[in-house]
Parts: sequence; C-alpha cells; structure tokens
Amino acid sequence: MPENLVEARGLTKTFGSFTAVDAIDFDIRKGEAFGFLGPNGAGKTSTMRMISTVSPVTDGKLTVFGMDPATQGREIRRRIGVVPQEDNLDLELTVAENLYVYGRYHDMPRATIRERIDELLDFAQLGDRRKNQVEALSGGMKRRLTIARALINDPDLVILDEPTTGLDPQARHLLWDRLYRLKRQGVTLIITTHYMDEAEQLCDRLVVMDQGKIAAEGSPAELIRRYSTREVIELRFQEGEQDDAILRLDGLADSSEVLADRVLLYTDDADETQRALHARDINPEQVLVRRSTLEDVFLKLTGRRLID
Amino acid sequence: MTVLTRARHTVEAELIAYRRTWRGTVISSFVNPVFFLAAMGLGLGALVDRGQTNLSVPYLTFVATGLMAANAMQAGASDGAFPVMAGIKWRKEFFAVITTPMNPADIVIGRMVWGVIRLAFVLSVFTVIAGLFGALDFSTALMAIPPAVLTGIAFQTAITAFTATQEDSTSLTTLFRFAITPLFLFSGTFFPLTNLPEFFQWIAYVTPLFHGVELVRKIALPGIGGDLVTTIPLWVHFAYLTVMTAVGLILAARILDRRLRP
Repeated sequence: MPENLVEARGLTKTFGSFTAVDAIDFDIRKGEAFGFLGPNGAGKTSTMRMISTVSPVTDGKLTVFGMDPATQGREIRRRIGVVPQEDNLDLELTVAENLYVYGRYHDMPRATIRERIDELLDFAQLGDRRKNQVEALSGGMKRRLTIARALINDPDLVILDEPTTGLDPQARHLLWDRLYRLKRQGVTLIITTHYMDEAEQLCDRLVVMDQGKIAAEGSPAELIRRYSTREVIELRFQEGEQDDAILRLDGLADSSEVLADRVLLYTDDADETQRALHARDINPEQVLVRRSTLEDVFLKLTGRRLID
Repeated sequence: MTVLTRARHTVEAELIAYRRTWRGTVISSFVNPVFFLAAMGLGLGALVDRGQTNLSVPYLTFVATGLMAANAMQAGASDGAFPVMAGIKWRKEFFAVITTPMNPADIVIGRMVWGVIRLAFVLSVFTVIAGLFGALDFSTALMAIPPAVLTGIAFQTAITAFTATQEDSTSLTTLFRFAITPLFLFSGTFFPLTNLPEFFQWIAYVTPLFHGVELVRKIALPGIGGDLVTTIPLWVHFAYLTVMTAVGLILAARILDRRLRP
C-alpha cells in the first residue's frame, strides 16, 4: 500500500467573504509527482500554502506526514522544500550564501551544509556561479537556485508553485529535466501549473481545479480518455464566416467547442470527420488535427480555457 | 531548536549580509553622527560656552550624550523600517524564511538581537570618537552604551510593528519626516527642555527619545546639574523604554505573523 504523505478532507480556505479553496479532498502518495492544474485564481496557491503550513486552514482536515499543520508546523517544514511562485532569494547574498543561510535556518551543522552546497550547485548547474551575486543571474538560473535552496534540507516532499512561469522554452526543459531526476531519487513532488504541457510532462496524477473546487482527478492519460476524444480538429474561418459555419457543423463530431477565433471538433476519427466536412462543403481557412490534451479536458470541464 | 538558536541563525544571516553591505551604512552610522558632534558640539558649543559659562558641563559634552541616544534612535528606527519593508514587499525574503522551521516571531526576535549587536558596535565607535574629541569621559560613557542601545531597540521593535502594517514606503518616509526628525530635534538632544514653554516640555515627557536622552545623559554624566536635566528618576526612563520594547516586540511578532501567514 502506498503511504499518503498528504491527506485533505473538506479542506477550505476563506479570506473574509471570499472562498479561495472550497471543501476539497485529495491524497498525495509517497514518491509520486502530483499536480494541481487550473487557471490563475483557482485556489492552487492557497492549497500549496496550507500544505506548506504558512497559511492556516480555515476548515476541514489536513495532515502532512500524518502531522497537523496548525500545531506541528515546524516539524513539517523541517521535511519539506518550497519553491514559491515568485523568486524570493536574498539578493544581498551570493549563490552559495543563499544556500548556506537556509541550511542554518534548518539548523543543519555547518560542515553538512558545505557538502550539500557542492552537491546542489552541481545539480542546479550553478557550480561556476558559486560566488556570484544573485542579482546578476538570469531568470532560469535564479529559478534553479530557488529549487536548490528548497533541497538544502534533503526534503521528502518538494512543493513547486508554478515552477516554470516566465521562463523561456530552453530554461523550462532544463528545469523539467532536474525535476525528473528528483522524482527518480524518490522525492515526492507537488506541482501547480497553468501549463497543460507541464502537467502532462511531469505529473503522475493531478487534479483539475476551478473556482476553489476540484473538477476532476486522475492521471493525464486517464483524464484525457475520460473527458475528451482521441483527436481534435481545430478549424479557423475567414473573418465573419465562423458564425455561419457553426450552424452547419451539427452532428459532425462527438462534441464541439466554439472559441473566439476558432472551433474545436472532438472526434475519435479525424479523417472521417474531415471527409464529412468536405461533403457538407464547409471550407475553413485552416484545419489543424491534433491529439487531445489536458487543455481540452479543462475546456470540457469548465467551458473555459486555461490561459486567457 | 530553542528561541535563542533560531535567533542565532537570523543573526548569522544578517552578519553575512552585513559583511557585504556595511560600507553603505558607514555614512549614516559613523560619519553623520561625528559631523553633528563637530558642528554642534565644537562649533556651536564655543558660542554657547562663551555666552553662558555657568553650565555644569561643557556644551560639547551635553550634545555628545544627546547624540548617543538620538543616533541610536535613528539607527533602530531605520532598521525597523526599510529592511522590514524589503523582507515583506520588495525582496520578499521573509516569505522564504518562514518555509523553513523558522516562524515570523523568530525573524522579529532574531532581528532584535542583531539590532542590539549592531547598535552596541555603532555606539561604541561613536563613544570612542567622542572620547577622543574630549567630549566624554570613557569610564562613565561606556556605562551609558546599554541605555542608548535600549533606546534604539525600543524604536526598532515599535517601528517593525508599524512597518508590518504598511503597504509601501510612503508612510515610512512620512514617519521619518514627521516623527523621527522632530523627536531628534525636540527631545533634549541639543538643548535642555527647560528652554521650551512648559506645554512643549510635557509633550516631550511622553515621547520616547526624551527618556533615552535623559537616561544616557544622567548615567554618562553623573555630575550633571539640575539646570540641564530633569529630576525624573532613572527607573522611570528605564521602565518607559523597556515597556516600549516589549510591547513593540509582541505587536511586531503578531502583526508580521498575520502578514506573512494569511
């Protein structure tokens, strides 16, 4: 039986009259990469902050390593690493000093910290930046340093809030590669993201969050199977022709979604659907056939896109 | 980990940063106070002493003790203002610290301990320079360093609490312009309060720097006459500053906790 590191039942967070997290249930198992996918404002960060014990639970039950965040916050934080949405490195310190200071906050012996810094700078590919001021680092390097800092105490659980937001594609891929390595070492990861490709790449299991609630739960493949079709046809029409065309699409696909700039047709056989389009003499300016993604799952569940 | 161990970790972090940034604080911590001492104590002092030769201590000595407390206030107030705003709003590093076993209260306590160390250092340097000027007698002036540190720390904790309630630095600038600067000028630093109308004397009695200045002055200058200090007993000054520190510390810890862990 896999052990649950985090268990939430009816977990709720309110700020005044605003409900950020609305009675959600989830379990996070040891060794998995668990994702919270959803648009900004869905309640992902509030949930992360409650798990990291830096935001009191309003209602419901939450345990982390079987402990209560309200009374055993320090013990829980001793075993976790947190990578926040915004880098909050100490800009007055060097790369190595940032790691050193956090090791001390974790009450680690100085000699242990020094060994750990060597390993982590290696891991984060910042070995040649050891004595650099943090301010001068690139966005990707700062992010990797923030992750290295979260690992200083050799945590069992690492919580990453939007780890690659704002990074260029190359920096993202480098970061994903480092996260895979962590996973292989048996570290449990919790990742929030509004990028579906990130969730598909990294997460073993995920929940889709929307307006403080969990809309669906499963592995990326399961969710796609359950809520979407195998293939999607994206149709783009000439200016002003989309509305007319929509009226004639009835019955062509399992389902469809109309967006401002295009129409999505969900089908298990794209070739067949395309032939039917021609038969009805519907001629879009552009036709794109692709596999279903978590973006489609989200669209289906909420009627909205992840990133607007 | 005890409270003291956690405070030590904060002090160590501050010390590492200070090794890099101390040059930037030299002007405000050391040079400005000495300029004040030279301009007021030596320059203005020559005029004062010529006009009124029956003062129980030279004007330079009078001002030097006032500046010990007033500079401690400046340093403590700055430390409770801008670095705290940076930790919450600009660099946000406080939000990172609290993801370790440290609590917001540990940050407040650790910064207070660091403040004590830094104030003791800055005030010692000032005392030595004032001693070389011939303004102070080392044996008694050294005893006045702890009360000056207490003055600075009272401001540091109280202003940390205030800063933790603020959204940006506009209010901090206002605080310095309309509270710290008037206190610097009208708390007996440069002239005995008996020179002011009685109404203003009473205002001064309820403000903190007055108690710091009097405490430092009475301890550093045991022979000072009633023409230059009040007859308020030492313990009143001490109690005022201790209560202010304690209340500031408790409020700062509570407010910062709510701010960092909403």
